[in-house]
Amino acid sequence: MCLLIRLVIKKLDRNWQAQLLRLSLPSEPGWRSAATSACKKAMEKSRPLWDNPLQFVFACISYAVGLGNVWRFPYLCQMYGGGKWVQKCVVHVHALSPQLGPGQRGVSPSIPTGVASVVVSFFLSMYYNVINAWAFWYLFHSFQDPLPWATCPLNSNRTGYEEECEKTSSTQYFWYRQTLNISPSLEASGSVQWEQALCLTLAWLVVYLCILRGTASTGKVVYVTASLPYCVLIIYLIRGLTLHGAVNGLVYMFTPKVQKTLLNPKAWISAATQIFFSLGLGFGSLIAFASYNEPSNNCQRHAIIVSLINSTTSIFASIVTFSIYGFKATFNYESCINKVILLLLNAFDLEEGSLTADNLNEMKDYLMATYPQEFAQLAPQIKNCSLEAELDTAVQGTGLAFIVYSEAIKNMEVPQLYSVLYFFMLLMLGIGSMLGNTAAILTPLTDSRAIASRFPKEVISGVVCFVNCIIGLIFTMEAGNYWFDIFNDYAATLSLLLIVLVETIAVCYIYGIRRFEKDLYTMIGRKPNWYWKIMWAFVSPLLIISLFIFYITDYILTGTLQYQAWDATQVRGLGLHFFSVLDLPYFLKRLKRERVATVA
Amino acid sequence: MLRALLLILSVVAIAHAELCKPDAQNAFKVRISIKTALGDNAYAWDANEEYLFKAMVAFAMRRYSSKSTTQISNVLLCNVTDRVSFWFVVTDSSKNVTTVPGSEVEAAIRMNRNRINNAFLLSDKTLQFLKITSTLSPPVEPSTPVWLIVFGVVLCLILAGIVFLIVSGIQKHKKKNKESTERENLEEKVEVTLENGIPCEALDLKAGHINGVFAADDDRFTSL
Repeated sequence: MCLLIRLVIKKLDRNWQAQLLRLSLPSEPGWRSAATSACKKAMEKSRPLWDNPLQFVFACISYAVGLGNVWRFPYLCQMYGGGKWVQKCVVHVHALSPQLGPGQRGVSPSIPTGVASVVVSFFLSMYYNVINAWAFWYLFHSFQDPLPWATCPLNSNRTGYEEECEKTSSTQYFWYRQTLNISPSLEASGSVQWEQALCLTLAWLVVYLCILRGTASTGKVVYVTASLPYCVLIIYLIRGLTLHGAVNGLVYMFTPKVQKTLLNPKAWISAATQIFFSLGLGFGSLIAFASYNEPSNNCQRHAIIVSLINSTTSIFASIVTFSIYGFKATFNYESCINKVILLLLNAFDLEEGSLTADNLNEMKDYLMATYPQEFAQLAPQIKNCSLEAELDTAVQGTGLAFIVYSEAIKNMEVPQLYSVLYFFMLLMLGIGSMLGNTAAILTPLTDSRAIASRFPKEVISGVVCFVNCIIGLIFTMEAGNYWFDIFNDYAATLSLLLIVLVETIAVCYIYGIRRFEKDLYTMIGRKPNWYWKIMWAFVSPLLIISLFIFYITDYILTGTLQYQAWDATQVRGLGLHFFSVLDLPYFLKRLKRERVATVA
Repeated sequence: MLRALLLILSVVAIAHAELCKPDAQNAFKVRISIKTALGDNAYAWDANEEYLFKAMVAFAMRRYSSKSTTQISNVLLCNVTDRVSFWFVVTDSSKNVTTVPGSEVEAAIRMNRNRINNAFLLSDKTLQFLKITSTLSPPVEPSTPVWLIVFGVVLCLILAGIVFLIVSGIQKHKKKNKESTERENLEEKVEVTLENGIPCEALDLKAGHINGVFAADDDRFTSL
């Protein structure tokens, strides 16, 4: 038995092997208890592992399948037409293996991740948890009848509705005024909203609870955060497909606009970027997760599984989203038509029921001919209702999640149930991704002997969560949503691309593709075939370089970068890039040092 | 005699016609949407419904001011369209050929709006008095906002979980430390005995015998 233990420990850490060999391990009964306890002690001080490979896969899925699959991919589908899903499948699998391989090999993740990845992950976790805070806010407000975003609040005389709410819609009012209490511009910061601050604190407490015990607790939590969203998506799929008007949305999704999608280079680029973000490449989270694996884990197969599941989930979530879009667009279109009918009925005192959606156009022409003057007076109020126009209003990000969905939910039967389910799903997705982000920050900290020997794991996690929470209070101010938009759009794109490029080149050329091949052989028992080698060595770096060049030229050509305010204005967002990219040379130096050490 | 009667009647009719017409002073337009409100159960708007309407307005005026002696004949309806919409005025029986001021009528109707709506099985939206704005009922707000209650419950659960995990972590740590000090003592004893080269027991039991277990020492350990 102890021989087996020694074999395993040899793979993990050479120090402990040496220590173990000093103790003699005969099989006499008198020494057996001492020997086994000595073995156990050696085992415990080694690196924590996932309980089984399934936990690792679930952790990756939980991290990769995040809010981006639910709100960004459907938006891109809408922008570039239905052929998006074709592109997504094509671009996906190849970038993932160089991330998982080195982590699993036993190379401590703090070296390849580098300070660059940690900085990017730190930026990400700062602003990402605010989404969870908003999801909590909506979740807590779902326990009321009627839902607070279903109707506008009354004005002070109680003679009508609040003016701001009348001009937009009740769901937008609830989001911009009652949730965010948004200020007109970035400069007018306003005060911290205490309700949002409370929700943010709660969100960080939940994250702390999940990462408290490291992989022991994270491993159990990811079972829930990875599987629950699928259950909710299935319920929503059934509900969505049975809604009136869902078919319109689905037809819209699956008609590829060939010119817009397959021939448009910008569409391919946005597909690639979205995948990068979605899989979480370059953040160091996947490396961190993989480092808790057994070295014999089949990382290549897992890479394929995670990528495929991520793509499938995006497409699945889009089907749900587009059926909801279709429902909402049809509902709005029919309300618009009804309003026009009512207007005409009231103005010309026609009998109720004489104007319907079918004869509207003929009646309009008839009325225009019969009462030209009155019709001309009415003309500015008569809107041209169009289903296409409703479907074309593409919304992404927080707009989609919190405005469009809540608007669709308020029109369903038993809206409280669907609202609770939906926001709970958003929470699970968000927390799953947060676990990955914090793992990327914490793993280097807990690995470094200087910090880990002085403070226990709980204290380090606590400090990280606390610091992030305090900084995150910026996003709860009145101008917080603008800061959120800036971080979301600009904090990670360029630096991520650069990090992944450097990592791929480092693994393939500096470390050597032959050595990587050999490592894979020792881990999974067979060498990768020529297809993978060509992909890793040539195609992936080329793709990433071209993406990188495209983005740089795009930024230079655009000039000042913009954000959308509740009244539109302009701002600069370029400064956020430089900080994380500066750390890259540092990371390269350390990688070279590692290479020299292994050769010796 | 008959001619005088006819003359008076025609004068009254003309006076009525002048009192009640679209945009007349103190006249209000009413718009009714029965089909929208009731769908298949919609009733037809006919003279009987108009009689009921006049009765409800007279009732509202009487209820509003106890002095009022409004009769059904005081309420005049005109310009009934297919929509269904019409104008009405309330005449003053005490003074000849005058209408009750619009503000009084408005106040009376506002006060009894609910009763009028219910008589016709309609609501504020489907029985509209165009110049009279209705007071909207505010939504019911509980004393403590609901979201705070749910927030409190979830917060307590999470804090309980964190405290439990931290405390059990500390306890495990203490137990581990205690166990490891015990084991170290045991191992020291083991090492001390071994570092002498040959265990004492073996020497005692089989003096001079080479113990096969320890003879093959070097082969047992793999080289570093």
